[in-house]
Amino acid sequence: MNKIEQAFKNKKAFIPFVTCGYPDIDSTYNIVMAAYENGADIIELGIPFSDPTAEGPTIQGANYQALKNNITTDDVFDLVVRLREKIDIPLVFMTYANVVFSYGIERFSKKCEEVGIDGVILPDIPYEEKDEFDNVMSKYNVALISLIAPTSENRIAMIAKEAKGFIYLVSSLGVTGVRSEITTDISKMVELIKENSSIPVAVGFGISTPEQAKKMACSSDGVIVGSAIIKLITEHGKNAAKYVGQYVKTMKDAIS
Amino acid sequence: MENNNGRFGVHGGKYIPETLMNAVIELEKAYEFYKNDKEFNEELETLFNEYANRPSRLYYAEKMTKDLGGAKIYLKREDLNHTGAHKINNVLGQALLAKKMGKTRLIAETGAGQHGVATATAAALMGMECVVFMGEEDTKRQALNVYKMRLLGAEVVSVTSGTKTLKDAVSEAMREWTNRISDTHYCLGSVMGPHPFPTIVRDFQSVISKEIKQQILEKEGRLPDVVMACVGGGSNAIGSFYNFIEDKEVELIGCEAAGRGVDTFETAATIATGKLGIFHGMKSYFCQDEFGQIAPVYSISAGLDYPGIGPEHAWLHDTNRAKYVAITDEEAVNAFEYLSKTEGIIPAIESSHALAHAIKLAPTMDKDKIIVVTVSGRGDKDCAAIARYRGEDLRDE
Repeated sequence: MNKIEQAFKNKKAFIPFVTCGYPDIDSTYNIVMAAYENGADIIELGIPFSDPTAEGPTIQGANYQALKNNITTDDVFDLVVRLREKIDIPLVFMTYANVVFSYGIERFSKKCEEVGIDGVILPDIPYEEKDEFDNVMSKYNVALISLIAPTSENRIAMIAKEAKGFIYLVSSLGVTGVRSEITTDISKMVELIKENSSIPVAVGFGISTPEQAKKMACSSDGVIVGSAIIKLITEHGKNAAKYVGQYVKTMKDAIS
Repeated sequence: MENNNGRFGVHGGKYIPETLMNAVIELEKAYEFYKNDKEFNEELETLFNEYANRPSRLYYAEKMTKDLGGAKIYLKREDLNHTGAHKINNVLGQALLAKKMGKTRLIAETGAGQHGVATATAAALMGMECVVFMGEEDTKRQALNVYKMRLLGAEVVSVTSGTKTLKDAVSEAMREWTNRISDTHYCLGSVMGPHPFPTIVRDFQSVISKEIKQQILEKEGRLPDVVMACVGGGSNAIGSFYNFIEDKEVELIGCEAAGRGVDTFETAATIATGKLGIFHGMKSYFCQDEFGQIAPVYSISAGLDYPGIGPEHAWLHDTNRAKYVAITDEEAVNAFEYLSKTEGIIPAIESSHALAHAIKLAPTMDKDKIIVVTVSGRGDKDCAAIARYRGEDLRDE
């Protein structure tokens, strides 16, 4: 069992997302530390991209701001080095194919292993295109996380069978962002996944309240929250760490 | 040319969110069926001929030829199509396909507004709902087209993210598609995006080169020496090139937008300044920085103001089958004015990039050589912007 799967052992995992460099890189450090200290089981670190096509307005805004601050992929690797001095939970990157491709898939994967990144989520790499990335990342023990969507249907088995780390189950159609209601039958999808794979399933997209988190965690192995956290950061800026910490605690308690 | 996964050499593919995968697979299957369906092809041909005014003329530009004193210049008049540009060819094909697939709603991105107007037109004709995404910057540059789309019954969404131009309109249309798939077809306007779009759009646009070939054989009894067209994503260019790709003696030239120059940051010349990357569903060349951030490109032409190029063009470039040159704003504006004065044809500023290269190239060639330039669209939409470029304000108040 690898480090990511360990994080789901005997508990529901809470996985917060932050965009690195938003509002600045030191704040990101403090926010991640606060999330860790308040019970985050895995942390998703977003490497900003100029055109984040899977994101709603909230995370798009964070990406633009981070890039305006001239945050580069190397700055994010440096941040991970600092974080790794203090925290041992799994850290996964969330970014877009071109960020990895332009860095060089080999160079990027090697660097991930060196600094201690356990997995990478690339929303624009579907099953059919994954080998180019996965074959290299595997060599460096970096899991390319597979996504399954409400429209996946007949593709679920195929994707689940080759999935690594955990499966990112997209709760709803559309892009990331807070939703008042999630209408997809999550438990039915999780059931289908479990028929084909033993790896954990975490649900993301649209989750913001403890009630939603509890409901999603009941039928899966964990929940991922992004936009709700970015909103807190937007609201509190450099002082956001404390508020994100409190929020992570509330959410973790709700699913425990 | 391409294999089953929509690869053109290393380019192409389908780099899209899982949410859209079944939609593009369904589209691919439907297209594979209908492209060989007799009834579908007859319906499309009728629409082309009766509605869109095809075949478009291949016009011998005699005054221009004499003035430049070199190769004979023919203009492929896509500007005479209904809605004033080549965009209608692809849109009629995709709208008909969408309708056969049971879709009731079309969404589209648009830069200059030509593809948006064409999509709104097809939606009106076929009784479909239509939403067009257009960068806020472009809604200002092309206000007339915004009005036209609304007049045709479409909703126009002004995109305020990123650079507020074509690339952001594409991103927003993709986001909307992930949000609503079951009744919606994304009517992509160029030979780009995930497979099967580059192939579908190319096939529907290939009518341009099919006609050029017939027409030039009738008029000259031989194939042209050069075929050239402007390239943003590259749909009119691939349409103009496609039936000549196997005719190795025909030189193919794509004219990119250099903006204020390929040595400046204000350029959209992808082949000249881009590198291999993955964006908007495809692997191809993109203008980007060293960390893969997509560049905020610039061109006076909203239709060429895009940081990438279609995967088949990238492959034609890799294999040296086509050549790509960069044309500046100033050269394009000069060509826009030149063709208006010389031939009485006001070309789109996009097409003016191809004309600018013809103006350079023709005098260097012998008089018995033949150049075909595709005039992809008409220039009415550009008059206000070009007047502004020359320091004149056209608002009549």
